[in-house]
Amino acid sequence: MPKNPEIKKVLVLGSGPIVIGQAAEFDYAGTQACRSLREEGIEVVLLNSNPATIMTDKDIADHVYIEPLTAEVVEQLIRKERPDSILPTLGGQAGLNLAMELEESGFLEKNQVRLIGTTALTIKKAEDREMFKETMEKIKEPVAPSDIVEDVEDGLRIAAEIGYPVVLRPAYTLGGSGGGIAHNPGQCREILENGLRLSRVGQVLVERCIAGWKEIEYEVMRDGAGNVITVCNMENIDPVGVHTGDSIVVAPSQTLGDKEYQMLRTSALNIITELGITGGCNVQYALNPDSFEYCVIEVNPRVSRSSALASKATGYPIAKVAAKIALGYTLDEIKNAVTKKTCACFEPMLDYCVVKMPRLPFDKFITAKRTLGTQMKATGEVMSICTNFEGALMKAIRSLEQHADCLLSYDFSGLDPDALKSQMAKVDDRRIWVVAEALRRGISYDEIFEITRIDRWFIDKLAVLVEMEQALKTEPLTEELLREAKRLEYPDTVIARLAGMPVQEVKSLRRKAGIRAAYKMVDTCAAEFEAKTPYYYSCFDGESEAGEACREDGAFGGGETAGGARRKKKVLVLGSGPIRIGQGIEFDFCCVHSTWAFAREGYETIIINNNPETVSTDFDIADKLYFEPLTPEDVESVVDVEKPDGAVVQFGGQTAIKLTEALMKMGVPVLGTSAKDVDAAEDRELFDQILEKCRIPRPKGHTVFTAEEAKAAADELGYPVLVRPSYVLGGQGMQICINDHDIDEFIGIINQIAQDHPILVDKYIVGKEIEVDAVCDGQDILIPGIMEHIERTGVHSGDSISVYPAPNITPEIEARLVDYTEKLARALHVKGMINIQFIVAGEEVFIIEVNPRSSRTVPYISKVTGIPIVPLATQVICGHTLKELGYTPGLQKKSEYVAVKMPVFSFEKIRGADISLGPEMKSTGECLGIAKTFNEALYKAFEGAGVKLPKHKNMVITVRKQEHEAAVGIARRFQEAGYRIFATRGTAKVLNAHGVKAFSVRKLEQESPNILDLILGHEIDLVIDIPQQGALRSHDGFVIRRNAIETGVHVLTSLDTAGALATSLENRAGELTLVDISRS
Amino acid sequence: MKAFLILEDGTVFCGSSIGSEREVISEIVFNTSMAGYLEVLTDPSYAGQAVVMTYPLIGNYGICTEDMESGRPWPDGFIVRELSRIPSNFRSGGRLQHFLEKYDIPGISGIDTRALTKILREKGTMNGMITTHAYEDYAEPVARMKDYRVAGVVKAVSCKEKYTLEPSDPGREAVSVRTAGKPESLQKRAGEGKRVALLDLGAKKNIARALTERGCEVTVYPCDTPAAEILAEEPDGIMLSNGPGDPKENTKIIREIRKIYESGVPVFAICLGHQLMALAAGADTYKLKYGHRGGNHPVKDLATGRVYISAQNHGYAVDPESLSPQVAVPAFTNVNDNTNEGLRYVGKDIFTVQFHPEACPGPQDSAYLFDRFIEMMGGKE
Repeated sequence: MPKNPEIKKVLVLGSGPIVIGQAAEFDYAGTQACRSLREEGIEVVLLNSNPATIMTDKDIADHVYIEPLTAEVVEQLIRKERPDSILPTLGGQAGLNLAMELEESGFLEKNQVRLIGTTALTIKKAEDREMFKETMEKIKEPVAPSDIVEDVEDGLRIAAEIGYPVVLRPAYTLGGSGGGIAHNPGQCREILENGLRLSRVGQVLVERCIAGWKEIEYEVMRDGAGNVITVCNMENIDPVGVHTGDSIVVAPSQTLGDKEYQMLRTSALNIITELGITGGCNVQYALNPDSFEYCVIEVNPRVSRSSALASKATGYPIAKVAAKIALGYTLDEIKNAVTKKTCACFEPMLDYCVVKMPRLPFDKFITAKRTLGTQMKATGEVMSICTNFEGALMKAIRSLEQHADCLLSYDFSGLDPDALKSQMAKVDDRRIWVVAEALRRGISYDEIFEITRIDRWFIDKLAVLVEMEQALKTEPLTEELLREAKRLEYPDTVIARLAGMPVQEVKSLRRKAGIRAAYKMVDTCAAEFEAKTPYYYSCFDGESEAGEACREDGAFGGGETAGGARRKKKVLVLGSGPIRIGQGIEFDFCCVHSTWAFAREGYETIIINNNPETVSTDFDIADKLYFEPLTPEDVESVVDVEKPDGAVVQFGGQTAIKLTEALMKMGVPVLGTSAKDVDAAEDRELFDQILEKCRIPRPKGHTVFTAEEAKAAADELGYPVLVRPSYVLGGQGMQICINDHDIDEFIGIINQIAQDHPILVDKYIVGKEIEVDAVCDGQDILIPGIMEHIERTGVHSGDSISVYPAPNITPEIEARLVDYTEKLARALHVKGMINIQFIVAGEEVFIIEVNPRSSRTVPYISKVTGIPIVPLATQVICGHTLKELGYTPGLQKKSEYVAVKMPVFSFEKIRGADISLGPEMKSTGECLGIAKTFNEALYKAFEGAGVKLPKHKNMVITVRKQEHEAAVGIARRFQEAGYRIFATRGTAKVLNAHGVKAFSVRKLEQESPNILDLILGHEIDLVIDIPQQGALRSHDGFVIRRNAIETGVHVLTSLDTAGALATSLENRAGELTLVDISRS
Repeated sequence: MKAFLILEDGTVFCGSSIGSEREVISEIVFNTSMAGYLEVLTDPSYAGQAVVMTYPLIGNYGICTEDMESGRPWPDGFIVRELSRIPSNFRSGGRLQHFLEKYDIPGISGIDTRALTKILREKGTMNGMITTHAYEDYAEPVARMKDYRVAGVVKAVSCKEKYTLEPSDPGREAVSVRTAGKPESLQKRAGEGKRVALLDLGAKKNIARALTERGCEVTVYPCDTPAAEILAEEPDGIMLSNGPGDPKENTKIIREIRKIYESGVPVFAICLGHQLMALAAGADTYKLKYGHRGGNHPVKDLATGRVYISAQNHGYAVDPESLSPQVAVPAFTNVNDNTNEGLRYVGKDIFTVQFHPEACPGPQDSAYLFDRFIEMMGGKE
């Protein structure tokens, strides 16, 4: 069936800001799909509120709208752009829900827009619990006994009927928000109350608990002619009970025989056929480990995190093929992009093993519960590929960048046997380390299985790794042992540590024995056909398929072969690894753009990265893709094969920057700003010298190593002070300390994380925060724009609302900011990108931080100013000057648009996380409001972030004493907007005294009804709670904030944010003006 | 113990011996299925060959004897990258290592199976030797392996005496597989009362099982049974099974199949059966460079345009050009390389396929062809 000729202009919906459960995978899918559509001559209109995505680039779609993802906006956009079709299956749950809303309201039909890639009926059959159950019953596919309830009492009755434990799943939520396992009526009631409120349709599914069964997933595809295929199946190491997003997942399944494999495969194909899906679909199963009994857990009728993983694990581009199917093509008409010979109608065969591990945010939320359950908590993930499972697991562990490099990295050796067993029963992110300890103690596979329900095959694989630890510790390091350790992907550093010898010795033993990484190709077909796509992974037990051609070239650099003939210069682009708080999708944006820019400059491009969700690891972004951990050893192995002429580290966030020194040692030139200058920006003393030379002031501070030194420094500076480790990411470990006690506590925390670098203690200055990104060619500097934060200093820049162009700075201050930026860029010999953060306090400008690299704000500033910052920086790195590229140096003319970047948090997903904003970053994503006026941009930004203040018009304000006065003005504005204000006694008294009517409520520790009852009563829209700074934050405030977040109430912890929200409410626009940034 | 795989082009892989330690020369072929190693090992079509599994981790779920596709393993050798130390499955009755030892099958593990597969892909299927003997000079074994030909294998794998299988009990769960969403036809048992003659050219058990499950009574005949003897029993249909080796070698069987072709009895044939029927009808067959062995091959039903993912195991193919369109027309083609995957015989109730609708291992997507066969025999609606 050829393409449907009636489809000419398609609206593609993105998934909005990155939140837990909806991350970069949708940028990958959306970008791939847009390119696939445009390949077919389709005009693409794109809507996504997330500016850090690649899909919102003007070279990806014909019309790009960075606007809130609401039904009103989509309707307005459809009226404006008049697309004939809408493709909603690439924007995750958010996109699908939006499309459903418009379909149900009849809007699409009225405006003659067809849904492509799916139908409303399909979505309903898959997503509506009742219809899903009926559909499964019709085709005799088993589901766990369950019932849908709409109120708590019904839920309790059904749960009693099914029998505890029961699983509770709210309908139409993402990442399993609000769900959980209840073991008794008390827990059941609690989860139901919460889940019913979070569900878009007020429904919760109560279901038999099949926790402990194997969890197996299938990625299947179907075209309009009814052809069906399986792309990949996957097995979760963690059995049913842990959200698949938080599980360690292996592909293909390892413990299923062909009978089980085919039984579930046939079932998945029956399901996709019955649902009538045209495109991709994910089916999740629970399989009883003791029989052929299985249940369908869930069906996702769209591309998903799992489909991104399946694409990267197999080389089969699901989103690209899904887009072609949506246009009417059949699978056999679509080419296999990897082999270029065969078609897309086949099933990939793997000849390697893939492991995915979740990146969990417990390093950021140290108070949070580490327990994993049905609600996803991971912010991102890593994938690794190897010829054996053990090797893939070892690579995944080190790819996480969580200071873990083997199964000894979390130490449970101090636990007594009983404590160890009860620790093993706890399902958390460190469980495989606990199992490893159990194996070291000789606890049997059977007993470990009984406790964890992890299949014995995986337990045995962990045992292989544990036995290797033992062998390395006790046996002489023979060539044979070394070879086996490397086959299992033990890093040289770990081998050295265990064998008690210097790393250099391990390296030289390896060199002598010729033990080096070989690279194999991911080719979708297990070598049956020749593949054209250079997508590689390493192993130590085979011959290499990569780099044969260049091995004779010899030395680095020069771009010349031995014979003197020119060859293409090779550049290594280092990726940014897993998405985590503080290092998100924006760095992938930068890496991809830099790669494309290098390619335009005539370079051969090579990407190393390990994140399966991203665009950068799509096999056709760079000339070569190495799916590998980003550690010095792994990078060096690639360097040995590829011998690049240079590497670029300034686009891959801190992950890439951290590799600068190692690259220098390998002899790989770091392109752009030199390693020495990168170091100067991070090294306190060197940096102070530069500042002094440039006469740029900074908050006074000291470099210390111990708590005692820190306290002495703080005494001299005067509290409050800012304490942080150097070489940090997203303010990790950064805290405001108000007394000696705080310092003791924070330095304790900092030292838990391996700390090779000193600790910085700075005077904390209150003021306005300003941020600048700039490109420097070594001589001239281009500043695309100046951004101002709405929150004053003390809130991490990533968590602040950022406004471009800076609205509140005088021309004098602006001139000084430009001057400082130019001086610093020159002094640091920046070639490429630089990011600087300033404090403006009155007439003074201080510098807080300089990052000689690309930053979080680059994508959004690029989009609003239309200046292609990353390509420009890349060209500069290649040796062009700004002037030669047609740019006038200096601060660029302000854009005609105002852009407001709004942080988005995922606090409701992380039980026990403290949500108050501070110097440590906590947001997971961002969205953008873009408009001609500040007010409209701000309004759009709040809309995009999902800050909807509905029905009740009740709010709670609690502020600390020193801010009582400031709170009055804010409270008055909310009162004028029609809000009833509740406050604890002290705050209420002040408000009333100033003529703002406030109802006094009892404090938490007082008897009911108190402030907590009020919040839990579901009548409050907004809580403004300004916590104390320092370690001794009140426990009351924490409890109030958590409870508010978990009942779905918006909580603001900064008066500045509250002020901005009031402004937004006061200026609620009627009809928004939609901006096509590709035309501006 | 060290073991070596020596190829006739002189390539040597060094690994560890698994199973029997005896030396063996065979034709080396690769299979890309990620699961189903026991079904592969017990598929009689592999007689005379040594199989390389391209999936690296083998033996994970042990040996589940009810999954055996015949009474014993047939390959001359088994080549894997890594054998699991422990089997883990609720049905597992033992380890793959012991199974290989028990049946005296030599094997090798710990070699770069991908590199080996690439050699076979680029140079074509070739002979090789698995040995634990460390040769100082490879010329001698290479010379010996060059002489090796797969021969006389059909006779070796076929049953020696005919036997009859009753329709399976509908109340009993089909062997091992819990068939959720079972096809309608299975529930209706459309084949009830039908008697099928199955000519065993090296049949996998699941062919008979697919028929008895649908209510048929199946009589299995040795490969050298004269057509007259089969036809004398007046079966409702005749099934020609899969089997090993070069199809053209079976001249006597082809002559008997010609008689079946002429008899007017409905015929369904799979794999070798498909090739022999084509040869009987005057077509030619040829050897593929490296064959199709795995569970992911797309075949297109030319009547409907639908594509099905199929299980395959064949090194030869029918040249459809060699058949007059008055005799037979292509019914299926392979979407990857356009080779013939099935024929429909003109004016006859005969259709034959190159792939394996009986699956095991592999996808069950084309099982509907058994229903088509039953329909052809006049099975109940």
